[in-house]
Amino acid sequence: MLETALKGSRKYWGLIFFLLAIIGVGFIFYLQQFFYGLGITGMSRDVSWGLYIGQFTFLVGVAAAAVMVVLPYYLHNYKKYGRISVLAEFLAIPSVIMCMLFIFVDMGQPLRVLNVILHPTPNSVMFFDMLVLSGYLLWNVLVGWTILGAERKGMPPPTWIKPFIYVAIAWAPSIHIVTAFLYAGLPGRHLWLSAIMAARFLASAFAAGPALIIILCLIVRKYTKFDPGREAIQALGKTITYTMILNVMFLGFEVFTAFYSTIPGHMHPFDYLYVGLDGYTKLVPMMWLSSILAISALVLLINPNWRKNETTLAVASVAVFFSLWIDKGFGLIVGGFVPNMFEKVFEYWPTIPEAFITLGVWAVGFLILTILYKIATTVKEEAVYDKYGEKQIKV
Amino acid sequence: MYNGLKIIIGLLIFVAFVTFPFYSKMGKATTKPDPKIDTPVIQELAEKKCVEPKDFMKTEHMKMLNDWRDLVVREGNLIYVASDGKKYTISLQNTCMNCHSNKKKFCDECHNYSAVLPYCWDCHIQPKENKT
Amino acid sequence: MSINRRQFLKIAGISTVMGLGGTTAFDLLQRNSLEAAQYSPDPKALTAKRWAMVVDISKLKTEDDYKKITDACHRVHNVPDLGNPKDEIKWIWKETYEHAFPGQEHEYLTEGIKHKPFLMLCNHCANPPCVRVCPTKATFKRKDGIVMMDMHRCIGCRFCMAGCPFGARSFNWRDPRPFIKEENKEFPTRMKGVVEKCTFCYERLAKGLIPACVEASQEAAKKAGTKPGLVFGDLSDPNSEVRRILSSHFSIRRKSELGTQPSVYYIIGGNDHA
Repeated sequence: MLETALKGSRKYWGLIFFLLAIIGVGFIFYLQQFFYGLGITGMSRDVSWGLYIGQFTFLVGVAAAAVMVVLPYYLHNYKKYGRISVLAEFLAIPSVIMCMLFIFVDMGQPLRVLNVILHPTPNSVMFFDMLVLSGYLLWNVLVGWTILGAERKGMPPPTWIKPFIYVAIAWAPSIHIVTAFLYAGLPGRHLWLSAIMAARFLASAFAAGPALIIILCLIVRKYTKFDPGREAIQALGKTITYTMILNVMFLGFEVFTAFYSTIPGHMHPFDYLYVGLDGYTKLVPMMWLSSILAISALVLLINPNWRKNETTLAVASVAVFFSLWIDKGFGLIVGGFVPNMFEKVFEYWPTIPEAFITLGVWAVGFLILTILYKIATTVKEEAVYDKYGEKQIKV
Repeated sequence: MYNGLKIIIGLLIFVAFVTFPFYSKMGKATTKPDPKIDTPVIQELAEKKCVEPKDFMKTEHMKMLNDWRDLVVREGNLIYVASDGKKYTISLQNTCMNCHSNKKKFCDECHNYSAVLPYCWDCHIQPKENKT
Repeated sequence: MSINRRQFLKIAGISTVMGLGGTTAFDLLQRNSLEAAQYSPDPKALTAKRWAMVVDISKLKTEDDYKKITDACHRVHNVPDLGNPKDEIKWIWKETYEHAFPGQEHEYLTEGIKHKPFLMLCNHCANPPCVRVCPTKATFKRKDGIVMMDMHRCIGCRFCMAGCPFGARSFNWRDPRPFIKEENKEFPTRMKGVVEKCTFCYERLAKGLIPACVEASQEAAKKAGTKPGLVFGDLSDPNSEVRRILSSHFSIRRKSELGTQPSVYYIIGGNDHA
């Protein structure tokens, strides 16, 4: 099936080489970081995690979002998702790979990464994160490839794949919950020390991921002969409406707890993010942008007529994605470190090398996504079979 | 063979690349590594012995240093009882390099020859050598 | 027999994995380590069940007293001076009361406490969150209570830095060697990409010496004619100096409500001869 990725239009190859160029630039900056040290980024003694770990946190959510398509289809036989379940799994694969790459570029001694496996430490949440991410990658590659392969041959998928599908469905929330636990169990970091962290992570994942799937489906419909199906896209639209509402509500709950209790430790991180603390306001514009995007997205999504219009749905999906990217990929991580453990503010902002390395990793993800989607859409352009390999699922 | 000419040419280029390190140095002699143990500290020793016999050290010093590292850092044991019963303080900088203070003429001789780059010296301070 | 491309690739892939995996397994199983009879701690070493420190800032009179203490530590351990708060590395340093004990300060605090710097260092907690989160056990708790760093194993993930509620840990954001003023040839430096912090001078304790900061505070006290500002000892020994001081003075610890059980105690309101 891989050979279908080697035949494509000029636009396809143009995209591939464009992404390779960005990867090349990112790699050169990474070499600079490898030889100089992580000091080339904006991270500091006080803000010791920054853009890289923020992107990892956000992408773990996007990866888990495949479950929003796979669960209704395989557990509840929601037939309309039959056309796009492989697309969802094929989004999870590059997302998890990007997560792993972001962790790798963030490590101070990346060549020692095998120490995590050679010296397993079950009490460390990061050890579990490594396990669940690797496992999730494995299940998605296995399930996605097998199902697509069967579809290509016009056969039902083999029965042995079923338990792996169920494992993957149960595994998906775990990658997120474990990542939330990285933050939610640290004493002393008041922005993070909240039980709702795991719930917030799930809600934002299940909004940002499907929003990206909607955008990708619309792109796929425009540039390939495969139509993911209007009803599938609409169902995803309803999903992101409710999960985005939950997201905004959960943030509201946190803000309430902080500001009604007026406990300084709880209020200060929110002050820093939304109004500034001690005169330091670097993150304030971004956080308000995130909030405005979130509210705008909800306005477009809650009104059913606007949601049914695919153009406004696309705009809303982009707004959801970027709102959550700012919130989780940047605000949440940096906010946890400000103010520092001495109640002083030291600000963080990414540097140019850091930004290019980040772009490089995103380009790796998009490259893998492009190749996988090329394969999937080429196969599905012929015909799309349901999960029993019998009836064709029409648009 | 389908596309036979292209395949054979490709194979020849591949073989040329892979064997390049060998035939490019053919005929040129490389000197055998000659580690020198004539440092001032060694010359003052009554018995010129290392912690363990020379042959053991030659083959096992890497494993021994790894074990020493864990013994000191992770378990807090500072004294090593050698196979001849003598006691030594476990320390790369203060024991090993105390005698073998000529890293360039000792350690580097074999390491450069076999293209081994131990990164111990990124942290463990190398003994200062005279620039002779 | 004819073989198609797919089968060929599958066989090639599996053979490669088996080959690599096989040689690795062979190497790992071959590991022979030294026998247990061959090593022991130094008989001169200072031992304890739980090392602890008492900090009494009322005994530190001048700016210079503080400097002698922090310099002693940083000099002996080759701690670099990066010169900016972004990259800085510090094992022991000063903070005023409101930053050392955030949430405890108030407007009407006595001047003697409000502006006098406290000494901050790793608290060597009995229930350390940094040890809990480290994925490789590069930071671990020794039997004598010291929270230790294994620089050889640290992968530089900085999870411990996020987990420490006391901001006690520093990361080597770049190669520290150019920034070390005077190298102590008997102790290693660190390299870029690893986390470091105070280790209660484990290497001095192993030779029977007290920590460098404690020694410096004793020297400063002799000169000033007071008692030392830093006292070090075994918390589990009821006859130790630290226990004597704790039983006769009011003491607090940093952020004790978090349950990490710090081993560094601060005396509030001591005087010259207490």
